[in-house]
Amino acid sequence: MIIMRSKFATTAALLSLVVLAGVGCKKKIADPFPASGAVAGWEKSGKTQSYDAANLYEYIDGGAEQYISAGVVGVATSDYKFQGNLEATVDVYTMKSADGAKTIFDADPPTADSKSVPLGDAARLYGQSVVFRKGPSLVRITAFEAAPGEGDALMALAHGVEGRL
Amino acid sequence: MQNRREFVKEMVAGAAVLGAETKFAWGQAKAAEKSKVVIVRDAKLRTPGPAPDEKRVAAMLDHAMQTYFNAQNPVQPWKQIVRPGQVVGLKLNSLGRMLSPSVALVATICERLQQAGIKASDILVWDRGSRELESAGFKLSNAPGAVRYLGSDTEGYEETAVSYGSVTTRLAKILTRCDVVINMPVLKNHNIIGVTMAMKNMYGVIDNPSTMHGSACNPYIADLNMIPQVRQRVRFVIGDMMTAVYEGGPSYRPEYAWNENGLIVGEDQVAIDTISAQIVERKRAEKGLSTLQQKGTPNTYLATAADAQHRLGTNDPARITLIEQRIA
Repeated sequence: MIIMRSKFATTAALLSLVVLAGVGCKKKIADPFPASGAVAGWEKSGKTQSYDAANLYEYIDGGAEQYISAGVVGVATSDYKFQGNLEATVDVYTMKSADGAKTIFDADPPTADSKSVPLGDAARLYGQSVVFRKGPSLVRITAFEAAPGEGDALMALAHGVEGRL
Repeated sequence: MQNRREFVKEMVAGAAVLGAETKFAWGQAKAAEKSKVVIVRDAKLRTPGPAPDEKRVAAMLDHAMQTYFNAQNPVQPWKQIVRPGQVVGLKLNSLGRMLSPSVALVATICERLQQAGIKASDILVWDRGSRELESAGFKLSNAPGAVRYLGSDTEGYEETAVSYGSVTTRLAKILTRCDVVINMPVLKNHNIIGVTMAMKNMYGVIDNPSTMHGSACNPYIADLNMIPQVRQRVRFVIGDMMTAVYEGGPSYRPEYAWNENGLIVGEDQVAIDTISAQIVERKRAEKGLSTLQQKGTPNTYLATAADAQHRLGTNDPARITLIEQRIA
C-alpha cells in the first residue's frame, strides 16, 4: 500500500512538473530523458523519479533551500550508464522562470579544469559533470568516476537531454 | 516524554560507561577543560584502487579510536562508549554512494561493537531515508540476529512531539529505541550554513527538517541538539572525511570534491564542527574561493551551540586539543 501510494505520488509529481513547466513556458514539454540507445553508448538504467518543491529535501537532503529560494517547481532524475560501466545521474530541475535557472547556474564557481561549452542558454563542462540551463530548466549530469573520454560522453548525453527540453 | 526517573537512570548508566574522563557525556561542556579532537589521515588509503581500501579504513578507525581513548587495543575504546545489553545506533549521513559514511567504516564499527559485547541485533545502522541508505551502498535488513539497516521512513516517528527553544518536532522511533547513538557525518560544504558535519546530522532524526533551515539553521541546530532524547544518546562522533566537498554542497559535486582521506573523532560535537569548518575553509582558500563568511554562509550556529544557554561544546580553537596523525 505504501509502495503504491509512493508510486502514485511519484507519477503525480512528474505529471505536475510537466504541466507546470508547460504553463510557465507556454509549451508542453515531453519527458526530458533520452531512451536507452537514443544517445550512442548511453542506457537509461533507472526509473525516472520526481520531486516537487515540497518534498525536494527528500532528494537533496539539506540542499533543497537553495533551489526553493530560486523558485524551483520540481526535479526529475534518472540514472544512466555509458557503455555498460560508467554511471551517471541526470537531474532536470524545472524552475518557475529562466531567472531561477540562471541563479542556480551562476552560483557554481568555475574550477580550474572546467570550461564553458555551447549548449542551451549557458553550459559548463567539469571533469566529471556538465551543467547547463535552457529556459526554466537547469540540468546537471554527474558521473560517479573519472574515465577516459568522459567529457565527450557527458556532452553527448547533455545534447540528448537538451534536445528534448 | 521522558520522566525524571528515566532521565536520572540514563545519566547514571552513561556515566558508568564513559567514566570521569568524559567531558561531554551529556552534551554539557565543563568550562575549564579542553575538548579533544582526533584526526587520522592515510595518504595511501586509496591504494591500489581509486576507492578506499577496506583494511586501511579499518586500521585508520582503530588508530583514531585508540589515540582518542589512549587505548592499547582496538576493542578497548568501544567499552568506554557502550556496554553489553545496550542498543546502539549508528546515525549515518547518506548522500549517495560518493558522499556517505563508507560501508567498510560502518562494517568495522559494527565488528568492534560486537567485540565489545553488543549483540548484532542491538546495532541499528540508520538514516532518515531507506532510499538514501541503499544509494550509499547499504543493504536494508531487519533480519533477526543480525545488524539492522533501517530508514526512519519505514520505522516511523514518535506520536508525541518534543520541544526545545525554537524546535518542536517528532523524533524518529529508531532514535528513541537506542540507548547510545554514534553520530557518523561526512564532511561537506553547505549552501546555507557553510559547513555541515556532526550537529546538523541530527536533522536526520526528526520528521520536519525542512522547517529548520531559516536564519542559517540558527538556533535550530543548537536547539535540536539540546532536546534531551537527542543530547543524552549521542555519545560519540566518527566523521568520515575520506571524500569531502568544499563547494556546491551538501550534495555530492565531483567538481568540488577532494580526497581528505581521513577520519575525525571525538565527543564534543561543537569542537568537531569547528575543526571541520577550518578544514573546508583551508580547501576553499587553496582553490581561490571566498571564505564562507564572505560567501554569506556563516556557521553562526556554532556560537549558539557553545553559548551559555546551550553549552553543547566549544567553538573556541584555544579550548580544543587537536591531535592530527598520519598513517604511513
